[in-house]
Amino acid sequence: MAKLTLKVNGTTREVESDDPDIPLLYVLRGDLGLTGTHFGCGLAQCGACTVLVNGRAVRSCIAPAQSVAGQDVVTIEGLGSPERPDPLQAAFIAEQAAQCGYCTAGMVMSARALLGQTPRPSEKQVRDALAGNLCRCGSHARVIRAVLRAAAAKPGARS
Amino acid sequence: MTPGVSRRSFLAAGGVLIVGLGLDGLGRAGAQSIPDADRFLGKSVAPDAVDSFLAVHRDGSATIFVGRVDLGTGGRIAMRQIAGEELDIPLERIAMIEGDTALTPNQGGTGGSYGIARGGSQLRLAAATARRGLVDLAAQRLGRPAGDLEVADGVVRGKDGTGSVSYGELIGDRAFSLKVDQAAPLKSHERFRFIGKSLPRPDVPAKVTGHHRYLQDLVLPNMLHARVIRPPAFGATLVSVDESSLAGIAGARTVRMQSFLAVVAEREWDALRAARALKTQWGAGTGLPDHAKEFDAMRTSRVVRDQEVARKGDLAALSAPPAGTRTLAASYRWPMQTHGSIGPSCGVADVRPERVTVWTASQNVHGLQNTFARVLGVERDRVRVIYMDGAGSYGANGADDAAMEAALLSRAVGRPVRVQWTRQEEHGLDPKGPAQLLDLRAAVDKDGEVAAWETQAWLPIATANLPNIPLLSVDAAGLPQTPGRSTGLIYQNVDPPYAMANLNAVVHWIEDAPLRTSPLRAPGKIANTFAVESFTDEIAALARVDPLEFRLRRLSNPRGLEALRRVAARMGWQSRPSPKPVDRRAAVLTGRGLAYVHYKHDETIVAMGMEVAVERATGRIRVTRVVAAQDCGLMINPDCVRAQLEGNILQTLSRALHEEVVYDRDRVTSVDWASYPILTFPEVPKLEFEMIQRLDQPPLGAGEAAATPVGAALANAVFDATGVRLRTVPFRAERVKAALAGRS
Repeated sequence: MAKLTLKVNGTTREVESDDPDIPLLYVLRGDLGLTGTHFGCGLAQCGACTVLVNGRAVRSCIAPAQSVAGQDVVTIEGLGSPERPDPLQAAFIAEQAAQCGYCTAGMVMSARALLGQTPRPSEKQVRDALAGNLCRCGSHARVIRAVLRAAAAKPGARS
Repeated sequence: MTPGVSRRSFLAAGGVLIVGLGLDGLGRAGAQSIPDADRFLGKSVAPDAVDSFLAVHRDGSATIFVGRVDLGTGGRIAMRQIAGEELDIPLERIAMIEGDTALTPNQGGTGGSYGIARGGSQLRLAAATARRGLVDLAAQRLGRPAGDLEVADGVVRGKDGTGSVSYGELIGDRAFSLKVDQAAPLKSHERFRFIGKSLPRPDVPAKVTGHHRYLQDLVLPNMLHARVIRPPAFGATLVSVDESSLAGIAGARTVRMQSFLAVVAEREWDALRAARALKTQWGAGTGLPDHAKEFDAMRTSRVVRDQEVARKGDLAALSAPPAGTRTLAASYRWPMQTHGSIGPSCGVADVRPERVTVWTASQNVHGLQNTFARVLGVERDRVRVIYMDGAGSYGANGADDAAMEAALLSRAVGRPVRVQWTRQEEHGLDPKGPAQLLDLRAAVDKDGEVAAWETQAWLPIATANLPNIPLLSVDAAGLPQTPGRSTGLIYQNVDPPYAMANLNAVVHWIEDAPLRTSPLRAPGKIANTFAVESFTDEIAALARVDPLEFRLRRLSNPRGLEALRRVAARMGWQSRPSPKPVDRRAAVLTGRGLAYVHYKHDETIVAMGMEVAVERATGRIRVTRVVAAQDCGLMINPDCVRAQLEGNILQTLSRALHEEVVYDRDRVTSVDWASYPILTFPEVPKLEFEMIQRLDQPPLGAGEAAATPVGAALANAVFDATGVRLRTVPFRAERVKAALAGRS
């Protein structure tokens, strides 16, 4: 059993694994109980498992957990809660930008990474940033509006 | 000692079943997504009893019990709006329990766009019956005639302001013991407080913050994780398993029932690793037909029977056209497609000698109760099936299979088991929406009138009274189940909605379909409407009549006419025949198209306009604008209806532009999002809606209808832009490019 030290949502967490290749997704969900990050494909094709590593969007289904050891990992639970959503999540709620919601956490994280880099994105930039996040219910138009709403709500701010 | 351990000791002892605990800690742990839901166990679930649908508590709050589940569609707010309206209880005081065979009435599966239209209407009658019962109780308590009383926020009082008694005091957790009165007086729409308002959904905050607990997130004490090992070819039987190939993976082991093989492990990643590592040998498969000849095979498949869906007049104008009458014939092909849930299916089961509990995202919770009882050989009332949210399913995806697999494995290992499908399993093995082939013919007389219309559809026949979609694990394990096919009502809307003197629409029910099928959103009607509304456009083009004008002239339904006119007005529709004159030098060709549906001919009406840009060099279609007018009768929550419109349109655009299940002679080969691409964010068009609210009409359903005109509106717009008619879905760039080349 190898020990792995991760920094997740600002807290240092230690986990044990006998497989050095275990993807971050299975550590987050199985060991840390952070089930807001979802399994969608295991192939980095759909974006449902997106988390932030040092502010960049990463597909946790293929990223080995040990490759992010010591780095700053943020999951959907690290942003806000139903009672205290962060501004981006509040914009998703205001736009009712989810149906089944299974893909939503990944979209919020991809959008968060975009707004970190580009606080006032154009609509095209939002669409392009979310091109790797698939949605089957058809919430796309609301998601785009939500991201633009969040960007407009905090002009110039790095969210 | 955990309950699981105690049970294993019990099993080991081979002891007599003595269980006085009923539901123990394990049963409660994840029984329903609402805490303490199990306090209602033992309540009525009879479909005709008020107590099956609702309970009013001592503190004046209420709980509603709904058999039709919320699939991300808004039922959790809409059902509260319905119940709160009729009961006069503020919505924040209403809790909701859904899709639990122990707690909710069997309202049928969640499908057919009937969640609100039927499920909601039953709840509404139950709430109205309850309200009248409560007012009657108040009349006795206050010693006044019921007619002198009114209700506000769960308190009954005299209309003159004197005397009052609360619902909590009147009934407080006691049974109503009333039958649902089918003629219970409903609140008139002038007095609506909640119905018709776009109130926010209660599940959205948890979904966007990662706090919503999905089925995939359910963890039971002592639960094992499982992965099922699939044969490399359809129908192959398992020859041998090399258990030693799992050496080194902690706690991983195999479970086998004939050709049903799985690996289980304490940790999910270990189960997944074990599934990859396990060495197995399989026999030859039973073989799949040639995918390239799929539609040809449909035409030559044995016809079990013909069904005349519509018949009027005769087809003489087609068989012997008079002078000046022109005839037109076209074939339309819609390929096999998958549900494409973003989260692969999952099932969790806890099978014990005394009871079976299954957690599933199935749309058929109550139906599954019978299935599990049959397959596991236990009494129905010992089986509890509980709905939890999965990823959107849009019909019957792999959920039922995953649930049964979990149950078979749980029974075998004596512990709760969670089965998680892979992406490849979901794409490869979920039952598919079948391919559809339609031949249309029409005779158009010299005045441009349709002298005769004929539809011939080749559709795979569904099995009458099939108890359940045949499940993979049941067959593989060699357990009995009724063979057959499920499709949904795929013959509807094969006939046009327009006035015609001579019409014949027939379905040739064919025996064969290459893969297992099941209902996929708006079953059959997406392809049928694609054919009918494309062909309508072809007739209008032949007659050199504007496509909108052509439809308006042949429709008498005033609600249909209104929908069409509102779409045309919002689009700025310019009256002219299609196609528009093609600029031969333009790199990008633009056009607009229209389609119309009266869903199942008696439900929701949708008119849809679409604007497209087609790149001549690549064949790529860019949909720039979709305008839809929908009349689904009463909208309980217009924003939820709007979300369904958006979803229907975008999902079906994806299906029409991109999607086709592909297989070789052994297995499905379109098994991920690269080989089965779907619509992405950069492709999403501008969406505009005319939402037609009918407060005084019954609700007609919003979950499916707007999917059906999408294919034709798109094809008609492409025809308008390019003069090229696309009759085979999907309209991928290479196919469109070839079609454009064929014309020039």
